[in-house]
Amino acid sequence: MIHNLLALAKYRGLIQTLVVRDLTARYRGSVLGFFWSFFNPLLLMAVYTFVFTVIMPGTHPTDIQPYGLFFFCGILPWTWFSSSLTEASNVLISGGNLIKKVLFPAEVLPIVSVLANLAHFLLGLPILAVLLLYYQRPLDPLELLWFPVIVLVQLLFTTGLALLLAALTVHFRDIKDILSNLLTLWFFSTPIIYSMQMAPETYRQVLNVNPMTHLAISYQEVLFHVGPHGHWKWLLVMGVVSTAVFLAGYFVFDRLRDSFAEEV
Amino acid sequence: MTNAIEAVNVTKVYRKYARKKQFATLKSALLSGSLVTELQPDETFEALRGVSFTVPKGCTYGVIGRNGSGKSTLLKCVAGITRPTTGTVAVDGRISALIELGAGFHPEISGRENVFINGIMLGLSKKEIQKRFDEIVEFAELKDFIDAPVKTYSSGMYMRLGFAVAIHVDPEVLLVDEVLAVGDQGFTVKCLDKFAEFRRRNKTILLVTHSLDLVEKFCDQALWLDKGKTHGEGDPKLVVTAYIVDVEKSEEQLLAKEEAARVAQAQAESTAAATTDEQPHNPVETGEAPTDMFRATEGRWGTREVEITTVTVSAADGTPSHVFHTGDPLTLKIGFRAHQPTRDFVFGVGIFNADGLCCYGTNTNIDELEPDRLSGEGEVRFVVDRLDLVEGTYKFDVAVHKLDGFPYDYHRQLYTIRVKSRQKDVGIYRPPHRWDVTGDVRFRAPGSGFKRGADTETDAGS
Repeated sequence: MIHNLLALAKYRGLIQTLVVRDLTARYRGSVLGFFWSFFNPLLLMAVYTFVFTVIMPGTHPTDIQPYGLFFFCGILPWTWFSSSLTEASNVLISGGNLIKKVLFPAEVLPIVSVLANLAHFLLGLPILAVLLLYYQRPLDPLELLWFPVIVLVQLLFTTGLALLLAALTVHFRDIKDILSNLLTLWFFSTPIIYSMQMAPETYRQVLNVNPMTHLAISYQEVLFHVGPHGHWKWLLVMGVVSTAVFLAGYFVFDRLRDSFAEEV
Repeated sequence: MTNAIEAVNVTKVYRKYARKKQFATLKSALLSGSLVTELQPDETFEALRGVSFTVPKGCTYGVIGRNGSGKSTLLKCVAGITRPTTGTVAVDGRISALIELGAGFHPEISGRENVFINGIMLGLSKKEIQKRFDEIVEFAELKDFIDAPVKTYSSGMYMRLGFAVAIHVDPEVLLVDEVLAVGDQGFTVKCLDKFAEFRRRNKTILLVTHSLDLVEKFCDQALWLDKGKTHGEGDPKLVVTAYIVDVEKSEEQLLAKEEAARVAQAQAESTAAATTDEQPHNPVETGEAPTDMFRATEGRWGTREVEITTVTVSAADGTPSHVFHTGDPLTLKIGFRAHQPTRDFVFGVGIFNADGLCCYGTNTNIDELEPDRLSGEGEVRFVVDRLDLVEGTYKFDVAVHKLDGFPYDYHRQLYTIRVKSRQKDVGIYRPPHRWDVTGDVRFRAPGSGFKRGADTETDAGS
């Protein structure tokens, strides 16, 4: 396993090429092309903002106003997370040709899914910057140093789950269907459309178990809330958890590796 | 000389799920309580059973065998795509596997980008591809289309590009799985030239193919797999010959079985028609003669006043046979029983090819044998000294009828033979022939080089 993990570094070029291919191929043929990477989160934000400020006004306390910006800080990383998992769960099956017919390092495929979605996430950041400017939110440059750390933790966590799901879906095709519902539940169990303070006291314990809670709060602390990043302890715990998830995901993937060519 | 490929006792067991692929669903695995027991397959299928072979560096090694004999599995094990269940495979040097061409091409992006991506997938660096790019495009004959998305390519273009990339990986060991059928004649020759170039540069090639000619002309050694086991190994000529004999033997068995079934069915149909008329000893017309005698339909009809009881096609030594080679002698034995003596009878034979075209037809009347008397039981033999038919499947009509054509017993295309030939000449009839020349025309001796062999193959008979 360690050996294979080290071999991953060898596939840098391959991974990079495939990520670029994914990005270029995705919007090939659509009129707006790359702009969809900007528009998609923006439209999603518009929908939720409309619901929570026009249809159901006053549902959110003032400390998470402007609501659109608050929501955007959470939905951007969430989209990265959920799209990565959805894609990764299917990637070995759709890439079956490669696994069956070419000597190809299978783990590259889920990793590419995660990285391609990371690229979309990063492409969404300029919009976030524009929003921050528009609402004239002060950003603490020192606090911003936490941002890459949060991204890294999320990357580890997402990649670990992506590897696990990709490997298991080869054997259990039902995972694809379970996953989409699970992700919806997971989305609402994460403080993205609401803030942690809005959740009932008893329920907060449950939310704290959810790793994505701490990532979402970290993003909100750094990008939205004024004041120091008060959630860093949780983030460090998440760092350890994410590393464990990554290693576990890779371990399972590595163990099932030989079965892919036959089962896909 | 060291070995490029060493396979020791390779066994590959595939799981087979007799029941509906139950393991494919998590639900059933969870409901039945135990994932572990579900992991045990109901049945296993041994694709390879203890195959061992070594390929020395620079050797071109052919693997032949029938469908399902494990050739492709063996290739995948060597390529490292699947791991053998037991046994080991060691390969020395960079491998390129031509198993599926263009696997991993993305339809939406251009041929140019796909060449780079595919090359990187196959283990080249960007720089290396840059260097070989023009050569690849040149080889694939896609200069005008290289910037079009791959989804607009024809399947031939797709394959050519895939082949071009794979071959330019410049491997030490090239694995080829029946991919030479990827283009027109010109492209095939180019591929073969490329293989020949590989050989000259002392690279190792493992070739899985059904083309026995290719193995004979091109390979240094051959392996014959049968049901996952090594059935023969060594000199390609010897292995191929042994293989052909074996294939003919099983073909013979298959044809004999089919023929028996067909005759039995025709018999059953015509007697079923006969029993509707309840006068068993009266001559009755059984079965319906087709309105157009030249239309090919199997069957049997006639009054059975004279009955054809057995029909046997046999080889020169008299053994029943269904597989012949062009130019072999053939004897068609027709056993008959006359229920009452008659003076009005003709025995006839027709030969049809697979399209139903009548290749030859004659009868005793045409051949000026005056009928005099026929009674009791006996055998009439139609003897052919040389069966000068080109390769193909042929069917026989066998009949006994009156001089005016009224049928006693007509067997329509119930008997099949297969004619084999190493020559790929076309048509139906292969007259014994030769080529004489005067003037400055010279031909090289056959088998004096791989490329020549590939060329002459397309010419008419030699």
